[in-house]
Amino acid sequence: MKYLRINDLKMLALAMVIFAVLQLLITGHIMSSFWQLNLIIIGINVIMSVSLNLINGYTGQFSLGHAGFMAVGAYVSIVLTTNFQVPFFFAILAGAIAAGILGFLIGIPTLRLRGDYLAIATLGMSEIIRICIMNIQYVGGAAGFKGIPHHTTFAWVFFFMLFTLFFIKNFVNSTDGRACLAIRENEIAAESMGINTTKYKIMAFTIGASFAGVAGALFGHAFYLVSPNSFTFMQSFNYLIMVVLGGLGSITGSIAGAFVVTFISAALASWPEFRMIIYALALILMMFYRPQGLFGYMEVTNTALFRKFLSKPAVKTATDNSEKGGSANG
Amino acid sequence: MAEAKEDKALLRATDVSEVFGGLKAVADFNFHIDKGELVGLIGPNGAGKTTAFNLFTGVYQPTTGQIVFDGKSIVGLKPYQITQRGIARTFQNIRLFSELTVLDNVKIAFHFHVKYGLLETVLRMGRYFTEEERIDKEARDLLKIFHLEDKADEVAKNLPYGAQRRLEIARALAAKPKLLLLDEPAAGMNPQETKELMDMIRWIRKEFGLTVLLIEHDMSLVMGICERIYVLEYGQIIASGTPEVIQKDPEVIRAYLGGEA
Amino acid sequence: MDLLTQIVQQLINGISLGSIYALIALGYTMIYGIIKLINFAHGDIYMVGAYIGFFAITQAHLSIVPALLISLVTTGFLGMVVERLAYKPLRHAPRISVLITAIGVSFFLEYTSMYFVSPTPRTFPAVFGDVAVNIGDIVINGQQLLIFGITAVLMVVLTYIVQRTKLGKAMRAASYDTETAQLMGIDSDRIISFTFGIGSALAAVAGVLVGIYYNSIDPLMGIMPGMKAFVAAVLGGIGILPGAVLGGLILGIVEALVSGFISSTFRDAAAFAILIIVLLVKPTGLFGKNTKEKV
Repeated sequence: MKYLRINDLKMLALAMVIFAVLQLLITGHIMSSFWQLNLIIIGINVIMSVSLNLINGYTGQFSLGHAGFMAVGAYVSIVLTTNFQVPFFFAILAGAIAAGILGFLIGIPTLRLRGDYLAIATLGMSEIIRICIMNIQYVGGAAGFKGIPHHTTFAWVFFFMLFTLFFIKNFVNSTDGRACLAIRENEIAAESMGINTTKYKIMAFTIGASFAGVAGALFGHAFYLVSPNSFTFMQSFNYLIMVVLGGLGSITGSIAGAFVVTFISAALASWPEFRMIIYALALILMMFYRPQGLFGYMEVTNTALFRKFLSKPAVKTATDNSEKGGSANG
Repeated sequence: MAEAKEDKALLRATDVSEVFGGLKAVADFNFHIDKGELVGLIGPNGAGKTTAFNLFTGVYQPTTGQIVFDGKSIVGLKPYQITQRGIARTFQNIRLFSELTVLDNVKIAFHFHVKYGLLETVLRMGRYFTEEERIDKEARDLLKIFHLEDKADEVAKNLPYGAQRRLEIARALAAKPKLLLLDEPAAGMNPQETKELMDMIRWIRKEFGLTVLLIEHDMSLVMGICERIYVLEYGQIIASGTPEVIQKDPEVIRAYLGGEA
Repeated sequence: MDLLTQIVQQLINGISLGSIYALIALGYTMIYGIIKLINFAHGDIYMVGAYIGFFAITQAHLSIVPALLISLVTTGFLGMVVERLAYKPLRHAPRISVLITAIGVSFFLEYTSMYFVSPTPRTFPAVFGDVAVNIGDIVINGQQLLIFGITAVLMVVLTYIVQRTKLGKAMRAASYDTETAQLMGIDSDRIISFTFGIGSALAAVAGVLVGIYYNSIDPLMGIMPGMKAFVAAVLGGIGILPGAVLGGLILGIVEALVSGFISSTFRDAAAFAILIIVLLVKPTGLFGKNTKEKV
C-alpha cells in the first residue's frame, strides 16, 4: 500500500503549489484585503464543515450545535493569548483540547438520542454554552472580548485546514472510520458486528468538536473583537448548509460547500434577506431532487482527472480508493 | 453428570424467559448447542424464534434465566461484546450497510480483529498499511467463498436478493465467530439457490470449524442439514431431537398442521 | 412584596407565557404525532400569524376578535400550503431529509417576511386599556386575562374536534398507525393537511396573543418560542395533546421563576436544560410510553 503514501505526497505537493500562488497574491498586494479576509473565512469554514461532516455525514449523527464548540475554542484561546501571552500555536491546541473535552462530556449523554432528538439536544447544548459565556464577565459577557492580538494569517489557516483534511480523510479510511460509516448505515447491524457504537459516536463527536475548537481559535484571532453573538445556532445552521449542500459523507463536498456558502455570503452581504432566501430554497430543492448533496459520497480524488495524477494500487482493483465510503486519498 | 455436560455445550440457555409488557415472548426456554453442532430452530410465525436469537446476541436481556456461552455468562453484555466473545448473526430482514461497497461491508466486521491505533490511522504509519493489506486480502478471500469476489466494489444495496443474503453470511463470518446464528438464511430464495446455500453452510461449517444455529421456515432445508432440531410454539419448546424424531412427533405435527395448514 | 407574593406573581406570569407555549406546542405535537417531523417552521408560522393579526388591527382597523379569526384562518391555510408544497413530496424520504427541508422552510418564512415587512420590530397596538385585576399585591393584567380566556376556549374546541368529530377521530387513528388507518379507508393525506391546518391556526392565535402581551413583533420572533414549544411538547410526551399543554405550562412557569429569581439571561438556557434532562431521564416525556425498535 505504498501507493497511498505516494498519493499523500502528491496531494501535499499540489496543496503547496496552491498555497504558494495564494500567498504570492497576498504578499504582492494583488488580492484586495476584502478577499484576503474571505480567504481566511473560507479556510475556517472548511475546517468547520469537514469536521461537522465527520459527525453528521460519516457517522450519521445529526448535530446542530457545532458553533458551540467553535465558541469554546475561540474563547479559551483568546484568553490564553491575550491575558497570558501564550504562543498562538499552543493557544489553538488548548482551544482544540477544551472543545474536545466538552464535546466528549456532552456526547456521552446526548448521543444516546437518535435523529431529530439529537439535533435539538445538540442545538440546546450549544445555546447553553453561549448563554454561559454571555454571563462570564471575565471574558466580556454579552459585549464580547476586546483587544485580541491579530495572529490569524492566511498561512495559519491554510496549514491547519490542510492538517484537518489530512486527519479526517485518514480517519474515515481506517477501521475506526468504517465503524462510523457502519453506524450511519445500520446501527443494529454495526453493533452485532462487534462495533461499540457508543464509543465510535463519541469518538467522532469529540474529534469533530476538537476541530471546531481549532476553527474557533483561528476565528477568534482574525478579529479585534469576539462576541457570543458570533456563535449562535444560526451559525451552526450555516455550517449545516455547507455540509448538506456539498454532500453528507464527502470531504470534497464539504470543501465545495464552504466555498459556495462563503462566496454567496460575501457577494450578498448587503442583502442578507436574499442570501437566506437563497439558502432556504437551495436546502429545500436539494432535499427534493438530490438529497445526497452535490457530491453525494463522491470524492474529487476518485474522478478520472485525479486518477491520472494519483498512483494506482498494486493489486488489480482499487480497493482503498473505492467510490463509496468516502475515500479521499490526498 | 451436569458438570460434564456443561463443558460440552458451547451455548446453553437455562430457564430463560422474556416478557414484553406482560406478554411472554419466550418462557421456560431450555436450550443447548454443543461445539461443532448444526442445530435448527423451527416453529410457526410468532413462536419466539427471533426473540431467542435476540436474547443470545444481547439485543434483548432475559427477564429471568441464564445464558452461558463458552463457559461464561453472557447475560447483561451488550451485543458488540457478545460478538467479540464469538457469536455472530444474520438478520431475518437483511441489515446490510446498504450504501457501502460489498468489500467494505465485510471489512467492517473485521473491526474487532484489526490491530492499529488512532495515531497510526491518522498519521498513516506503523501497522496501518500491513493491517489494511491483511484485512483487504482476508475480506476478498471471504467474498470468494460466497461467489461475490467480482462484486467487491459494488454498492451492497444494488446486489440481487440472494447475493445480499450471502453477503450477510460472509460479513458475519468476518467477525470470526465460534457460533454462527442464521436467521432464515433461505428466506425468499428459489429451490436451486436454497440447495446451493445448504451446501455452502455445510462447507463453511467444516472449513471454519463453526457451530451453527439456524432459524428456518423451509422444512426441506432444516431436515436436510440439521443434526438436531428444536421446535418452538408460543414461546415454549414443544419438542427437540433429530430430524427423524421431530418428523414423527405428534406435538409438532399438530403445531404445524393444526396451526398453519 | 414578600417572597410568597413574588412567587405567586411569577406563577401567574409563567402561566400566561406557558399558555402561549402550550398553544404552539399543540401544533408541534400533533404534527410530530402524525408524520414524525419536528416542524422547524412551526415557530415561523406563529410569527406570520402575529403579523397577520397586526395588519388586521392596524390596517383594517378590526377589533381583537375578528383580527384573531382572520389570522387563525389565513395562517391555518398557510400551514396547509407549506405542508402540501414542502413536506408532501417527501412523505417517504428519510426523516433527516424532511428535517432539513423544515429548516429550509423556516428560513424561507423568516426572510421572505423580513423582506416584505422589514426587519425592524413593530409595536403591537394596545387592544386593552389598563385593565387589571388586583388581588392584594398580586396583579393580573388584561392581556393575561385575555390569554387565559382564549387559551381555555381553544382547548375546549380542540378537545371537541379531536374527541368528537369524524376528522378528529381519523386524526387520532392516523397518528396511532398511519398505514393501518389508511387501510381502514382514512385518507391520510387529507388528515395530515388538516392537522397542519389546525396546528398552524393555534400557533397563529399564540402569535397574536404574544403581540398583545409583549407589544412587539419582529420577523425572527418565532425562532425561540418555536424551539421552546418543541421542548414543551417533548416534556409532555410528544404526540400527546394534554402532554403538550402541561409541558407548555411547566416550561412557562420555570422560565418565569428563573427570570424572576435568578436572571433573565438564563431563561433560554433553562428551557434547553429541561429538554436535555427530559431526553436523558425519560425521553418519552411525562405522559409517554416506551417503544422499542423491532429487530
